[in-house]
Amino acid sequence: MSNPASFLNWQIALNWRIALNWLGAACAALLLFGVAISGAGADEGKHQIDAKGDKCVRDTEYMRRNHMVLLKHQRDDTMRKGIRTTQYSLKNCVDCHASPKNNSVIGSNDNFCQGCHSYVAVKLDCFECHSSKPKDTAHPLQAGQMQAGAMVTAPPGTSSDEGRK
Amino acid sequence: MSNMDKTQKDAGSGRQFTRRQFVGAGVAAAAGLAIAPGVTLLDLAHARPADQAADGAKRWGMLVDTNLCKNGCTDCVAACGKENGFASTGHPETDPQWIRKIELKEIKSGRTHSLPMMCQHCATPPCVDVCPTGASFKRADGIVLVDRHICIGCRYCMMACPYKARSFVHEEHHDQNPDVPRGKGCVEGCTMCVQRVDRDLLPACVEACKAAGHEAMLFGDLNDPNSEISKRVATYASTQVRADLNLNTGIRYRGI
Repeated sequence: MSNPASFLNWQIALNWRIALNWLGAACAALLLFGVAISGAGADEGKHQIDAKGDKCVRDTEYMRRNHMVLLKHQRDDTMRKGIRTTQYSLKNCVDCHASPKNNSVIGSNDNFCQGCHSYVAVKLDCFECHSSKPKDTAHPLQAGQMQAGAMVTAPPGTSSDEGRK
Repeated sequence: MSNMDKTQKDAGSGRQFTRRQFVGAGVAAAAGLAIAPGVTLLDLAHARPADQAADGAKRWGMLVDTNLCKNGCTDCVAACGKENGFASTGHPETDPQWIRKIELKEIKSGRTHSLPMMCQHCATPPCVDVCPTGASFKRADGIVLVDRHICIGCRYCMMACPYKARSFVHEEHHDQNPDVPRGKGCVEGCTMCVQRVDRDLLPACVEACKAAGHEAMLFGDLNDPNSEISKRVATYASTQVRADLNLNTGIRYRGI
């Protein structure tokens, strides 16, 4: 360790290593940037409008940013006041945007609602309660596919009627 | 006939037209089914345009004739389950319910009769009083509902209801009826089929009772003196369950 020449060599090696590290980091950054750009491009293409109708109730840019506002306004009008116009209703969205593959707006990232929501990492709660399928095909009971015995019946005594006596 | 003309003009789509035509035809048929002066078997729910809010001048209600309600018949319960898109989870003790049948027996005489019990759509609903978030509310036309968007599932309304009409959805739901969204964690109660009433249809239970030929349930506007339900309530003795609570229920019973 006391040899000055070997110490110098070690210094030069260290400098080279730092320089190489910087170069590596720069390359990695460029690479990542490139991937990010191409990825965004691919997703933009992937999440093109998938709909049965010709055009949406508002233009695409507006809908991307504000569809939740329209839905929330409509939901309160319908729920509280009984106004049942269909233009901004969730059912109208689903009817038009359901994928031809699985007849739904959710299910995979290829589906209209789920695809975009997973891309922007926003939790999609609507379809925990609302049907994700259009009316005519959504509901097995409506379509008559379910047996009558499977439907809810509350025979006296089986429900907790006793609790209120 | 003027009413028929109006509904035809209002109709937005072919499907609505067919439904309204069907209801109109039913009313025309009912004209010949008078059972007492001014009292007929069927009544018509008058539709309003989709962009108009529920009319505060109306008060939707039901009259249940327990003399006509058949013991053991659960058609109204089945129709309700179908309309609400609910299939049993296999745990009947905790399944949500909108309507249930109750069998009554007078011990001395042994006489039994049954009746459907559901949300009584009170004019002053205790469930609305106690709801901490405002999710439980009464619509302008008297229908008591739960706004599931803001229901936090505290079940206070279930405790407050004297009729045990509210229930809780404990398990996840799939394959909902698009007209009737619902899911785990919210309180459920009879909505008087508000989605049907707004489209000029009868509630599912009333329709099923009629289809079964029992005619034990009559739906209509309690505020309209010319409606069938008002005429019957004015003509015959009817009862509110727990009338002592002064809740002014929208569901009236005969024969109990």
